[in-house]
Amino acid sequence: MNFFNDNPTIKFQLSHPLMQKIVTLKERNFAEKDKYDYASRDFEDAIDNYEKVLEIIGEISADIIAPNAESVDHEGPQVENSRVIYARGTQENHDALIQAGVYGITLPRQYGGLNFPFVVYVMSGEMVARADAGFANIWGLQDCAETISEFASDEIKAEYLPRVCEGQTCSMDLTEPDAGSDLQAVQLKATYNEKDGVWYLNGVKRFITNGDAQIKLVLARSEDGTNDGRGLSYFVADNKHDHTVLVRRIENKLGIKGSPTCELVFNNTPAKLVGTRRMGLIKYVMSLMNGARLGIGAQSVGLSAATYNEALAYARDRRQFGKAIIEFPAVYEMVSVIKAKLDASRALLYETTRFVDIYKAYEAIENERKLEADEKAEYKEYSRLADALTPILKMFTSEYANQNAYDCIQVHGGSGFMKDYACERLYRDARIMTIYEGTSQLQVVAAIRHVTTGNYLKQIRDYDAQPIKPEFSSFRKRLQIMTNLYANAVARVNEAKNQEYLDFQARRLVEMAGHIVMSYLLIIDASRDTEDLFRKSAEVYLNYGEVEVRRHAAFIKTFNVENVDIYKVQ
Amino acid sequence: MSFKIVVLAKQVPDTRNVGKDAMKADGTVNRAALSAIYNPEDLNALEQALRLKSKIEGATVHILSMGPARAAEIIRESMYRGADGGYLLSGREFAGSDTLATSYALACAIRKMGKVDLIICGRQAIDGDTAQVGPQVAEKLGFPQITYAEEILDLTDNKITVKRRLERGVEVVKGPLPMLITVNGSAPECRPRHAKLTMKYKHAATPSEKQEAGNDYTDFYDTHPYLNITEWGVNDIEHDIQWLGLSGSPTKVKQIENVVFTAKESKRLTASDFEIESLMKELIANHTIG
Repeated sequence: MNFFNDNPTIKFQLSHPLMQKIVTLKERNFAEKDKYDYASRDFEDAIDNYEKVLEIIGEISADIIAPNAESVDHEGPQVENSRVIYARGTQENHDALIQAGVYGITLPRQYGGLNFPFVVYVMSGEMVARADAGFANIWGLQDCAETISEFASDEIKAEYLPRVCEGQTCSMDLTEPDAGSDLQAVQLKATYNEKDGVWYLNGVKRFITNGDAQIKLVLARSEDGTNDGRGLSYFVADNKHDHTVLVRRIENKLGIKGSPTCELVFNNTPAKLVGTRRMGLIKYVMSLMNGARLGIGAQSVGLSAATYNEALAYARDRRQFGKAIIEFPAVYEMVSVIKAKLDASRALLYETTRFVDIYKAYEAIENERKLEADEKAEYKEYSRLADALTPILKMFTSEYANQNAYDCIQVHGGSGFMKDYACERLYRDARIMTIYEGTSQLQVVAAIRHVTTGNYLKQIRDYDAQPIKPEFSSFRKRLQIMTNLYANAVARVNEAKNQEYLDFQARRLVEMAGHIVMSYLLIIDASRDTEDLFRKSAEVYLNYGEVEVRRHAAFIKTFNVENVDIYKVQ
Repeated sequence: MSFKIVVLAKQVPDTRNVGKDAMKADGTVNRAALSAIYNPEDLNALEQALRLKSKIEGATVHILSMGPARAAEIIRESMYRGADGGYLLSGREFAGSDTLATSYALACAIRKMGKVDLIICGRQAIDGDTAQVGPQVAEKLGFPQITYAEEILDLTDNKITVKRRLERGVEVVKGPLPMLITVNGSAPECRPRHAKLTMKYKHAATPSEKQEAGNDYTDFYDTHPYLNITEWGVNDIEHDIQWLGLSGSPTKVKQIENVVFTAKESKRLTASDFEIESLMKELIANHTIG
C-alpha cells in the first residue's frame, strides 16, 4: 500500500499552474543544482523529486504508521523520571521517517534539509495524518524549525537546523494554566544573566504537545513588570537531558493519544533569544501559529480522507435487507457528502498552501537581497491572500473532519460505536482539531476583517473570472447568486455599525465566504482535471454549500441588532 | 581497508497478490499480470549488508542481479537504500536458466569482480521457492556458507558470527571469510528508501537504458560517474556456454497443475476452555504452531 500512489487527488495538486512559480522561487532558479547531488536540476526534475519522496512517505504511512495506529492509541506514551517515553509504535514510526531522511523537508539544503515547498510538506502531513492523526503532530512539529530558519541568528540556525533534519523533535511551548487562547497572559519568566551571557527560563507550561522534545521554542516574559504581549520574547531551548525541563505529567486525553500532551516545569533552563526582544508574541508566535494552522489543515484533511475510506469500505461490505447498504439513498448521500467535504477541504488546503509558499519564498529571498518592486508587490499580495485563507482553512477543514468522523460512525451503525472499527478512534482524534492552534471561534475573529475589508469578495470575483469547462457554467451562475447573497449580508451587518452585532454574525459571514470559495475551487479543479476526479464533488459540494449560504442569508436578513439580546446569558 | 559485500538480488513477479489471471492457460506464470518487485528475502539480505557496511570502514555494498533490462530497477532500489552500485547480468543467453545455470552465471560474474569478502542473498525467491541458488553459488566459488541467517552478530578477524533461524529454534555459528550467507524472511525488514539517495540515484542507468532513453546524456553521466550501473552480457564473463541458459538447465517442467484447496475434514468445537485447550495441545503436538 502507498498513501501517495493510491490517491490521485493529492498528486493532482502538484500539477497546479502556480507550481512553476513556487518551484522556481524556492529553488532560486536551481542555483544549487551543481552544489548538492540531490538538488533538483529543473522544474520537471523538481516535481519528479517531490513525487519520489512523497512515495517514500506514502509507503511508510501505509505500511508502518497506519498499522501502528491502533496499538499506539491503546498504549499511549508514559512518563518515567520526568521524561516522556513514546508508545512502541510511535517510536517505530519516527525511526522509519528518520531512516528515510525526510525530516527537515522544507529546510534549506545547507542545513541538511530537502528544500521542498510547503505544498509538499502539507501533502506529507496529510498522508501521515490519514495513517494516524496523533502521530501527525510529531511529524508536523518540525514546522517549528521554520521560525528558527526565518528569524534566528546564523549561529542558532547552524546549531539547531541540522538537528531537526536528523529527526530531533520540536515543541512549541506557548500555553500556560492561565494563558490558553489569551497568550498575552503568559507568565513563564525569562531572566538574562549578564555574567553568563545566557537567558534562563523559569515557570510552568501546560498542554504542550510533544513537550519533551529535544528542541523547544518557548514564549516567555522577558520584560519585568510588563503584563501584556509586548513583554514577551521568543526563545529556543535545548532540552538536554540535564533535568532543567521536567515533565510533571502527561494529560489523559479523549483522542490523539499517541501524541504526548505535557505539563512542564522549567527550572533555570538555559535558552537563546530568537530575533528581537518583545517581538515574541506579536511577530514570531503569529508566524509560528500560521504555519501550525496549515499543519492542522493537513491533519484534518488526512483524517477526513481516512473517514471517507472507512465509510466507503464498510458501506460496500455491509449487507442489510438483501443488499449492500451503499445502495440505499440515505447511506450513499452520507458517503458522497463526506467525499465532497473532503475534496472541498483539500482544495482549500492546497490553495492556501500555494499562497503561503510564494510569500514565504519571497520572505527568504528578502533575507538575502532587496526585492524588486514587482516582487515586493507580489510578496504583499500573496501574503495578504495567505492571511485571509489560513483562518477559514483551519476552521473548515477541522469542522469537516469532525462532521465526517461523525457520519463515518453513522454509516457503520452499531458496529461503529464499538472499539472494533477504526472510525471510533477517528472520531475521538478529530475532536481536538477545532480547538487547538486557535479554536474555530478564534479563526472567525482572524477571518472577519477579510469579510469587512472585502478581501474575500475580491478573491471570489477573481475565481469567477477564471476559465471553466462549459458544462459548469450553470454552477457559476448559482455561485454568482450566492456571492450576491453574501455581499448583501455583509452590507446589512456592516450597516448596523455595531461591533458586538458584527461579532455575533461573524461566523455566518465567514462561513458564507468559505462555502463560495471552496465551491469555486472545486469547479476550477474539475475544469483542469482530465481524470474526472472532482466533477461529482464539485456538484455535491455546491448543493451543500448553496443551502448553507441561503440559510445564513435568511438568518441575517430577518435578524435585527436588538435580537442579539435574547442570546445573552449572564 | 576495502571490504566488498555483494548482495544477490532478483526481480520477481509479485506472487503475494495473485489475481485470477496470474497463470496462463498453459500453466506458466503470466508475468504481465503481476507487478515486478524486489524479492522480499533479498531485501532482508540487503538490510544485513547495509548494517555491516555501517560498521566496517571502507566497506562497499554492490548488487548483482541477473535478469532482463528492467531488472536494473532492483539495483536502483538498492542504491536508494544505501548500496554503492550494482551489476546487471543480462542477455538472451541467460534465458531459461534453472537454479543450476543461474548459479553458474552468477558465480562467473562474481569471479570477474575480483576480491569479494562476503556474499549475502535472500534464502529463496518467491517465484521459485527453491532456496538453491545461494548454496550453489557458494559451492561453485568454493566459499563456505551459512544459510537461514536472521542476523549477522559479529565480524572480527575475518570470522563472521551469524544467528540462524531454524525450524525449532536458533543456532549461532561462526565461519571464515570469504563466505556466502542466505538470509531468512524473519530477519529485520529492509530500511526505507532514503530521500536524498533516491534523488541522487534516480537517474542511475545501465548502458542499455541510456540507449533506450535516446537522450544525449553522455556529459551528464561522465561528470556523475556514480550514476553508471554496470551491465554485463555473456561476453563480459568467462564462461562455458553449455552451462548457461536452457542448455545448462537440467530441470525440465513436465506439467503444471492448478491446485485448488478444498476442505476435506473439519472439526467443530464449542467455545469451552477445555476444547480450546485440547485444540492448542493438539496443534503444538503436531507442530502446526509453536
